[in-house]
Amino acid sequence: MMENLVYIALFAPFAGSLFSALFGMSPKQTFVGIVASSLLFISFAASATLAYHVYSTGAAVHVTMMEWISAGDLTIPFGFLVDQVSVTMMTVVTLVSTVVHIYSIGYMDHDKSFNRFFSYLSAFVFSMMILVMSDNFAGLFIGWEGVGVCSWLLIGFWYHKADQPREENPSISPSWAANEAFIVNRIADLGMLVGLFIIYWNVGSLQYDVVFAAVPELSGSVLNAAALALFIGAMGKSAQFPLHTWLTDAMEGPTPVSALIHAATMVTAGVFLVIRANPIFSATPEVSFFIAALGTFVALFAASMALVNRDLKRIIAFSTLSQLGYMFAAAGLGAYWIALFHLAAHAFFKALLFLGAGNVMHAMDGELDIFKMGGLKKAMNWTYIYMGVASLALAGIPVFAGFFSKDAIIETAFNEGTYVLWAILVLTAGMTAFYSFRQVFLTFHGKARYDESTLHPHEMYKFVLIAMSPLALLAVIAGFFMGGFQTFVTKLLPDYVMSDHTHHLIWVLTAVVLVFAVGGIWLAYKKYANGLKRDEELENSFIYKLLANQYYIPQFYEEFITKPYAMLSEHMWKDVDMKIVDATVDGIAKFLYKSGDGTRKMQTGNLSNYLNWMALGSVLLLVVAAISAMLS
Amino acid sequence: MIGLSHYLIVSALIFSIGLMGVLRRRNLLMLFFATEVMLNAVNIAFAAISHYYNDLTGQMFAFFIIAIAASEVAVGLGLLIVLYKKYGSLDLDDLASMKG
Repeated sequence: MMENLVYIALFAPFAGSLFSALFGMSPKQTFVGIVASSLLFISFAASATLAYHVYSTGAAVHVTMMEWISAGDLTIPFGFLVDQVSVTMMTVVTLVSTVVHIYSIGYMDHDKSFNRFFSYLSAFVFSMMILVMSDNFAGLFIGWEGVGVCSWLLIGFWYHKADQPREENPSISPSWAANEAFIVNRIADLGMLVGLFIIYWNVGSLQYDVVFAAVPELSGSVLNAAALALFIGAMGKSAQFPLHTWLTDAMEGPTPVSALIHAATMVTAGVFLVIRANPIFSATPEVSFFIAALGTFVALFAASMALVNRDLKRIIAFSTLSQLGYMFAAAGLGAYWIALFHLAAHAFFKALLFLGAGNVMHAMDGELDIFKMGGLKKAMNWTYIYMGVASLALAGIPVFAGFFSKDAIIETAFNEGTYVLWAILVLTAGMTAFYSFRQVFLTFHGKARYDESTLHPHEMYKFVLIAMSPLALLAVIAGFFMGGFQTFVTKLLPDYVMSDHTHHLIWVLTAVVLVFAVGGIWLAYKKYANGLKRDEELENSFIYKLLANQYYIPQFYEEFITKPYAMLSEHMWKDVDMKIVDATVDGIAKFLYKSGDGTRKMQTGNLSNYLNWMALGSVLLLVVAAISAMLS
Repeated sequence: MIGLSHYLIVSALIFSIGLMGVLRRRNLLMLFFATEVMLNAVNIAFAAISHYYNDLTGQMFAFFIIAIAASEVAVGLGLLIVLYKKYGSLDLDDLASMKG
C-alpha cells in the first residue's frame, strides 16, 4: 500500500509531463494544464498520506524499484527512501508545485507554448522528487542533473527574445540566462561528482545507510574532502557565493518558474543535500563552520544587493539568496532540523511572493521596475494582501512563519557562541525587512507612477487567487507547527536544543531581532509609503552604484573569466584543433585520396599493361621472399 | 656431362623468353604462344628435377600441365575466334575498353 503511494507520488508528475509533451507542439489546450495540475495534486495527496504514515508510525518507507547499475562490486538500485526528511521535502515540493501549476494555467494563458510549458514544469517537479526520494547518492545525482536540465529549459522558455546589452537588461536574454544557470551548475556538479567518487572510493557504496554507517571509520581528511566537494555541489544548486550570479539572472524565465525554482525545486536541493548528508557534515566541524560562515556572508551580501534593486523579481530573488544563506548558516552550525524548517516555511512564503509578483507583472503588462509602479493597492487588493503577508513572513514578524524559523536560526548562531555570525544575521534580518517592504510600498502604495491613460492594471483571475490561498495560509500558520516538526524530524536528524543560557536570554534575543525587523519596515514606510522621492545624490554615490551593479561581479566574471575563456577557446580552435587535430585527420584522408588518384592511372584497360604490372609484382614478391630467406 | 643445372638454365632461359613475350607482345594469339612457352619451360624443370630425385611425381605433374594446357588452348582459341569476329582485331591496344 505505502509502496504504491511512493510510486504514485514520484511518477504522477512524470505522467503529467509525458501527457503534456504529447501536445507540446499543438496550440494551447487548457485541459493539458488541468491534467498536469491534477496529477501534481495526486502526487501531493500521496506525499501527504505518506507524511501522515511516517508521522504516525515513525518508520520510514523504503522501496527498491529495480536494479539499475550492477557492475563488479558496484550495485546501485533505483531505490526510494521516504523518511522524515524526504517526506517533508516531498510534501513541500508537491504542495508548492501544485499551486504553481494551477497558477500557471492563468499566468500562461496567452502564451502560445502553453502545453510545452506544463511538460517542462512537471518534469522539473519529477526531477526534484527523484532528488529528494532517492536512497542513494547516485539517484540524488540523477535528480540533481534532471533539475539542472529542466531549469535550463524553463529559464530559457522564451528563448526567442533577443540579447540586450547588460546596461539595459542585467541578464541579457532568457537563453543567455539559461545557459549561465546551466554552466554554473555544471561547474558545481563537478565538485559534487568528485565528492561522490571520494565516497565510493572509500566506502564502496553510495547507499545512504551504508555510507553514513561507515562515517566513523573514515579518516578526517577523507571526510573533509568529501564534505567540501559535496558542499561545492550544493553551492552551485543553492547559488551560494561565488556561484550565485545565475539565480537572479534566472528571473528571465516565466514567473511561475521563478516561484518553483526558488521555493520548491532547484535551490533548496543544496540545503537538502547538506541536511541529508548530515552525518558527514557533523563529522567535519571545519567544513561545517565554513558552510555557516559562507551562509552568513551570503545572507548579508544578497540582502545588501536587494536594498537598491529596482526589479521586482530580482529583489525577491536576492531575498531567496539571502534566506538560503540563513539555511546554510543553520545547517553549518549543526541545527539541521531548523534549516529544514526554514526551508519549508521559506518555500511557502517565497512561492507566494513570486506568484504575487507574477500577478503584478501580469497586471503591469510585463513591467518589473518598481519605480514605475505604485498605487496598485486599489486595483489588486488580493495580491496586495498576499504579498503583504508573504513579506511579513519574510521579514520575520511574530505569528508569521518566517518569524519562528528565522529567529531559531539567529538564536542558533548566538547559542553556538559565534557572535559575529549572530550580529550579521540580525543586521541582515533588518535589511530583509527593509527591502521587502520597500518593494511592497513602492508597488502598492503611493500614487501611480505609470501612464494611467494607457495601462489599466487588473486583478488576476479568481481561480488563481484561490489557488494561492493555501500558501498564504501556510505563510501565516506554518510557524505554529514548529514544535511538532521538531519532534517529527529529530527522529532522524540530530536534535538541536538551545542551552539554558540562551533559553534564559531568549526574550532579549527575540526582541533584538524584532527591533531590527520592525525598524526595517518602519524605515521603508517612512521612505516609500507616500510615494517615491528619488535622491539623486544617494543614487549616484559609490556604494549605491556598487550595490545596484551587484558589486560588479557579473562584469568581473565576464571580463576575467568569460572573455579570457572565449579567447582561449578561439585560440584552441584555430591553432590546436584546426592546425593539429583536424590537419592530421585531413592529412590521412588527403594522402589516401591522392594515392588513389595517382594509382588510378594504372588502370588503362590494356591487358598488356596489366600483365606488365603483374610481372613486376611477382618479381618484387620474389625479391622480398629471397631477401627474407637470406636474412633468416 | 649434362647435369641438372644445365636443364634448369635452359628452363629458366625459355621461361624468360616466354615472359618477355607476355610482356612485350601486343597480339593476343602471340600472348597465348608465350604462355605456352612458359608452361613448357616449367615442364622441362619438372622433368629434370624429377629425374634428378628419381621421383616420378614431377613428370606426372608435367603431364598434367600438358593436358591442361591443351584444353586451355582449345577453350582460349575458341574465345579468340569469337573476339576476332566481334572486333576484327586481336591487338590488345585496340581492345582496351575498360579504361579507368
